[in-house]
Amino acid sequence: MTKDVLDMTCDVAIVGGGPAGLGAAVALKQAGVANVTVLDRESEPGGVPRHCGHPPFGIVEFKRICSGPVYARRLVQKAREEGVKILSRTTVLALHPGGELSIASPQGQGTVTASKVVLATGVRETPRAARLVSGGRMHGICTTGALQSMVYLKNLIPFRKPVIIGSEIVSFSALLTCRRAGIKPVAMLEENASPSVVWPVKYAAALLGVRLQCECQLLSIYGNERVEGVQIRDRFGVVRDLECDGVLFTGAFTPEASLVRMSHLQSNKTSGSPVIDETGHCSDSAYLAAGNLLSPANVAMKCWADGRRIARSICSEIAA
Amino acid sequence: MIAQADVVVIGGGVVGCAVARKMALEGAKVILLEKGADILEGASKGNSAILHTGFDAPVDTLEQECVALGYAKYHAIHKDMHLPVKKTGAILAAWSEEEEAKFTGILEKANLNGVKDLRMLSRKEVLNIEPALGNSLVSALLVPGESIIDPWSSPLAYLKQAVENGGQAIFNAQVTGGEFANGEWVLQTSQGKVGARYVVNCAGLYGDIVDAAVFGEADFTIKPRKGQFVVFDKSAGSLLTTIILPVPTERTKGIVLFPTIFGNVVVGPTAEEQESRNKAFVDRDVLQSLIKQAEYKLPGLSGMPVTSTFAGIRPATEKSPYRIRKRAECNWLTLGGIRSTGLTAALGLAEKSFEWLLEFGASFKAVQAPIIPVMPNLAEHLPRDYTKPGYDEIVCHCEMVTDREIKEAMSGSVPAGNLGGLKRRTRVTMGRCQGFYCSARLAELTKGKLEDSLEVGVAHD
Repeated sequence: MTKDVLDMTCDVAIVGGGPAGLGAAVALKQAGVANVTVLDRESEPGGVPRHCGHPPFGIVEFKRICSGPVYARRLVQKAREEGVKILSRTTVLALHPGGELSIASPQGQGTVTASKVVLATGVRETPRAARLVSGGRMHGICTTGALQSMVYLKNLIPFRKPVIIGSEIVSFSALLTCRRAGIKPVAMLEENASPSVVWPVKYAAALLGVRLQCECQLLSIYGNERVEGVQIRDRFGVVRDLECDGVLFTGAFTPEASLVRMSHLQSNKTSGSPVIDETGHCSDSAYLAAGNLLSPANVAMKCWADGRRIARSICSEIAA
Repeated sequence: MIAQADVVVIGGGVVGCAVARKMALEGAKVILLEKGADILEGASKGNSAILHTGFDAPVDTLEQECVALGYAKYHAIHKDMHLPVKKTGAILAAWSEEEEAKFTGILEKANLNGVKDLRMLSRKEVLNIEPALGNSLVSALLVPGESIIDPWSSPLAYLKQAVENGGQAIFNAQVTGGEFANGEWVLQTSQGKVGARYVVNCAGLYGDIVDAAVFGEADFTIKPRKGQFVVFDKSAGSLLTTIILPVPTERTKGIVLFPTIFGNVVVGPTAEEQESRNKAFVDRDVLQSLIKQAEYKLPGLSGMPVTSTFAGIRPATEKSPYRIRKRAECNWLTLGGIRSTGLTAALGLAEKSFEWLLEFGASFKAVQAPIIPVMPNLAEHLPRDYTKPGYDEIVCHCEMVTDREIKEAMSGSVPAGNLGGLKRRTRVTMGRCQGFYCSARLAELTKGKLEDSLEVGVAHD
């Protein structure tokens, strides 16, 4: 029998061990909640900051500036010190009414029964396919998240001279990652008339010698096994080819909301985020949601603070 | 000579894999030559993964015969190999009275094709089966036998069975010419010379090129026909249980809305003639129009995230029928122009091919108690690998692929040759995040083990 190995009960189960989830977990323990369990599907908890190898993280939380991986380790360490139980390599398969979760891990499958569940599954970037970009499917097309985990966790690079699509805060982060890894972007393309966030992107792009082209549309990606170039329409309406060996899609964050979409919880049809009330509760009051799952994509500090807010909401409910 | 066979099969698409299996089971020493680094690199890479009954196939044709035979064969072998089949049935839906008027002809054709269980459904009956279908539906024909299968594990199972029963697959071996003398073929390939007594050309999109390279000319010309598809998120899976077929036109079966065995909902394919045999590019405007058509038929899809987009290329020719050429004088069989019905027809074509080789004078001694490969399950409705303890980690969270599955796919009798082959064997990176979470780990797991790689080098700091 493998089915019941992992059956357990807890006061609060938290789905996702990133800044929001760990922020909530720590605050709950500090408020005296006995059994707080974080379920994280990755090999190491900590969430997206684990592979953002550059500052600034931790200004509010730890009163000092650190890189993403250091910040993630501190969050995890803090949670463990406070007595939070963290289960990594543990995937939540389904959300059931009343706070019951089906889970799977290398040890087997089981059910977690919790009085309250906090959903803190975060966000990811919209990949090429969902953007309906024309052209072929070859190697060298990825998102910032994939690039950063390759560079910072595995010391590998997926391309040497990509075009970067987008000019959000994360695009700035992508530029820094490229510089760190010795990748030389050939251009940064933005569909709108000006970058989504002006100062860091414009400044960083110029500093790194990357040309930021606004009002520029990516028309298609071509190549054989690997990307060989992209076709673009520039601000003058001219269609031309741009040689590159990769396409880096940045931003256009979307909630990692598939568990919610497939569940009994009411969700926003387009984003997939759960519908919540002013106290952070979902349509089933056993469930609450926090962090970027609700409003993509805030910085780690804000997600952490949102986790703490949700923890207070749970505590006041228990007290009442 | 690098290898010598009784039967050489050229091409590792679904047809080549099925033919190789049949010949190996009949006792022939089989070699499959594939020009790519893995099987299913051409037409068989992208299709609608439907196992057809052949109810709408052209009457009294080899195509109809092979589809019917292939359908029956698949049902006879799938259980032993653990290949999933889901008998979803198909609803051939009329969205106007003009379309409805064609039902009589379709019913007659189905009867002539021996598919006799079709029945008319009123609008109300259709909506009982598929409550999420759009309002403007008029009526429908139900085709209960239409089914969905795993389009990549099936041909892989065929080739594995061929290899595990004495056959061999040689990759990166493009056939560039051949000589026939004294009852023996010597084929030139990019890997060296390969000898054979019989040759079956199953080169799909390159079938005419292979024939021309050997005989100076081919009696058909491949006219590549591209089909684009949009794959919706698995949360759309609850909206649809059956295959929704359009009323067909002369040229194509039309755009289909169907569930996949992996739990997605897909719309496609288009039918676009193009020059290129290998550029399976998608086009934004076409994808948008596919989504619009899908939303019209299934309004619940509106706002549903897209997981993936892809295009497949069918080896159509200047004529509609299969282009079979039997060169009895030199023991060469060409299976050309196997278009969209290839996935179902492959096992039928394999049976027929064996008969044709017997006509050529071949004689083999069938393998007694052949080895039957057991395939790992990728179907959503059956237990996946992650449900069994003992793996190290789930690598791909969207498709729930374990490290154990990835490692197994890179070993065994027909290991993955490249990343595409690994994806088709495991579904890794094929889910909604398309590699956001897992490509770093995947790059690490596959580094140096496949012919291609996700990474181009190491990062310097």
